Amino acid sequence: MTADPNFLMKTDRAVGIVGYGSYIPRYRLPGSEIARVWTGGLAAAPVKEKAVAAIDEDVVTMAIEAARNAIACAGIDPLQIRAVWVGSESHPYAVKPTSTIVAESIGASPNVLAADWEFACKAGTEAVQASLGLVGSGMARYILSIGMDTAQGRPGDALEYTAGSGGAAFILGPADDSYAVYQGSYSYVTDTPDFWRRAGEVYPSHGDRFTGEPAYFAHTIAAASTLMEMMNTAATDYDFAVFHQPNVKFPARAAKILGFTPDQISAGLLANDIGNVYSGSCMIGLTAILDVAEPDDRILMVSYGSGAGSDAFDLRVTERVKEGPGAQITTADYIARRSEIDYGTYVRYRDKLKE
Amino acid sequence: MGVSIVGAGMIPVREHWSSGLVELAVEAGEIALREADLTRVDALYVGNAYGATFNRQSQLGSLLAGSLGFHGAEAYTCEAGDASGGVALRTGYLAVASGAVRSAMVLGVEKATDIVGAARLSARNVSLDADYESINGATLTAMAGLLMRRYMHEFGLELAQFEGFSLNAHNNGSRNQFAMYRNKLRRGAFTKAPMIADPVSLFDTAPDGDGAAAVVLVNSEVAADLAPTPVTITGSAIATDSLTLQDRADPLYLKAVAESTDRCLEQARLELVDLDALELHDAYTILTALSLEAMGFSERGHGWAWSGDAGARIAPDGELPIGTFGGLKSRGNPGGASGIYQAVEAVRQLTGQAGDNQVQAARHILTQSIGGLGATVASHIFSAPAD
Repeated sequence: MTADPNFLMKTDRAVGIVGYGSYIPRYRLPGSEIARVWTGGLAAAPVKEKAVAAIDEDVVTMAIEAARNAIACAGIDPLQIRAVWVGSESHPYAVKPTSTIVAESIGASPNVLAADWEFACKAGTEAVQASLGLVGSGMARYILSIGMDTAQGRPGDALEYTAGSGGAAFILGPADDSYAVYQGSYSYVTDTPDFWRRAGEVYPSHGDRFTGEPAYFAHTIAAASTLMEMMNTAATDYDFAVFHQPNVKFPARAAKILGFTPDQISAGLLANDIGNVYSGSCMIGLTAILDVAEPDDRILMVSYGSGAGSDAFDLRVTERVKEGPGAQITTADYIARRSEIDYGTYVRYRDKLKE
Repeated sequence: MGVSIVGAGMIPVREHWSSGLVELAVEAGEIALREADLTRVDALYVGNAYGATFNRQSQLGSLLAGSLGFHGAEAYTCEAGDASGGVALRTGYLAVASGAVRSAMVLGVEKATDIVGAARLSARNVSLDADYESINGATLTAMAGLLMRRYMHEFGLELAQFEGFSLNAHNNGSRNQFAMYRNKLRRGAFTKAPMIADPVSLFDTAPDGDGAAAVVLVNSEVAADLAPTPVTITGSAIATDSLTLQDRADPLYLKAVAESTDRCLEQARLELVDLDALELHDAYTILTALSLEAMGFSERGHGWAWSGDAGARIAPDGELPIGTFGGLKSRGNPGGASGIYQAVEAVRQLTGQAGDNQVQAARHILTQSIGGLGATVASHIFSAPAD
């Protein structure tokens, strides 16, 4: 298929990431511990361990942590931020924005646009696509977009092994101040019901193997290959690639199909250490890449959200990465800060006994 | 009046996420029609087991006759659990042999992936005894596990002694583009496979899949003018046993397998030694072992031995080829379509179109479609035209 060049989303003014930050809660639940409880230790876990939010953490507190890291990284006054957007599928309130609490907490309110975004695991990158529009048109100088989740997995379900907590925040702004500049982006969306949670339900449902080929792979690969075609690039033109990470296998296989080598994806592939952090998944992978990237490196980032769709972004790293991430806590620091818990503690922290 | 197969068609067994039941059925049906050089038939018999529970769809006869352009034709579903394909074939055979219809299509179709996980499992459970089995949480695989454990206990067998059945299936399936799982199994992997219902493991049981297969039947007098002369059905028989294992005096003896095989051979005027290949209902290795015993290929307690030499004895070039296109184990088990896949595969063998799986000089092939663990058994013998 030849892509219509009009599908490429490109801003009039160059836009980049002027600040980024992540947050991962301290606690880790190993896959082997879940397998011990549910399968007598027989099941092979799809990730080594997942990050688990503490009993007093939620998407609001975690989004604030990541936003503070991003602001420190950007070195800007929070009052210059014109929108605070939080993408998540675990917003603490059904009605009442997460984003207003975050905006107020970081000192960005009241001259600010605030909204919560929902599109399964691509709610965060959906907000980033929209940020590109506002900054690229000149309506706003800085916009804060966050992808953050405390993902829910039904006890005993296959998802429980991977549904993790964490995410990342990006401040988009003028290219001149950026760590990385957007070269172009693209979104690919169909009505594909592979995973959902109806209003009032505590845990999501999923289509089992339907979540693979017709869902994750079809959208991730279509978005990536269409963007690359429009950018006239090949996998070898990129130094790094990062995909949505529901487990380790899926992004590794998508990368292989698209022609990327394991070396190109290893820096951003964090699922084995933190699990699937849903809306924050590929965004936190990108923070880990920016921490190690060199000027002029090129990065392909592709999210995936069930329902379903993928956002693909082509980024070029700037000289500013030489400054390092500033005074913030890095993603690597958060991964290293680790306290293992058992299943019982997990049940208490994530309130699994409520009914 | 003899019955000949003038057209056969099948589609790959897969998770056909983007096709519904009708699309699958029409695709296979049209292949068979093209091969038969026909545009319509007098009657359509549909082999389907789970349309009502997988797809919330019954009256497939009318639905699919319309979709295939057989408006007004006699058309209905034949159902007997996983033997639905085999019993539909029997119905088509009877209709044509009796002269009641001049031509018939027998179309097996199953669309399994409309539902997933536990919902599919319970939808499949409708073929069990509702009052005594499924209500207590039993599944067909759980019952197969009990049966296999009993057999192993009774005759002092180890799991590894069943491995050759699955090795052969996957070897054959690896050379069949229509097979669902074309991977070859490594020796030794069978005994280490994840357990589903101990001792039935992932490498012991056949996978669910979406599929459709069709054959077009006409009476042999009409077909006599065709060149080459088509394959004929020379034996057709159905026998039943009690639905539940608990009601059988000897659960390790598949009585309906024995009876339907005997009647089929008698009708075809053949002996076991005349059969050049078998397409058995290998949904579980234990069913293959017990079927071989009940048919008379082995003494009681020795059916497993056909799996010896890593399945070499039952390979397409072995002494008794079984599951020559991968069987249910590797080709996949699309419920009510499985019996028709067997028929299409038998036709491909007898017309020399089996490619790398060809059984040399095959003249007579017996196919056996089983519902439950031997509750309904439909056997057919397909014979190549006399030279």
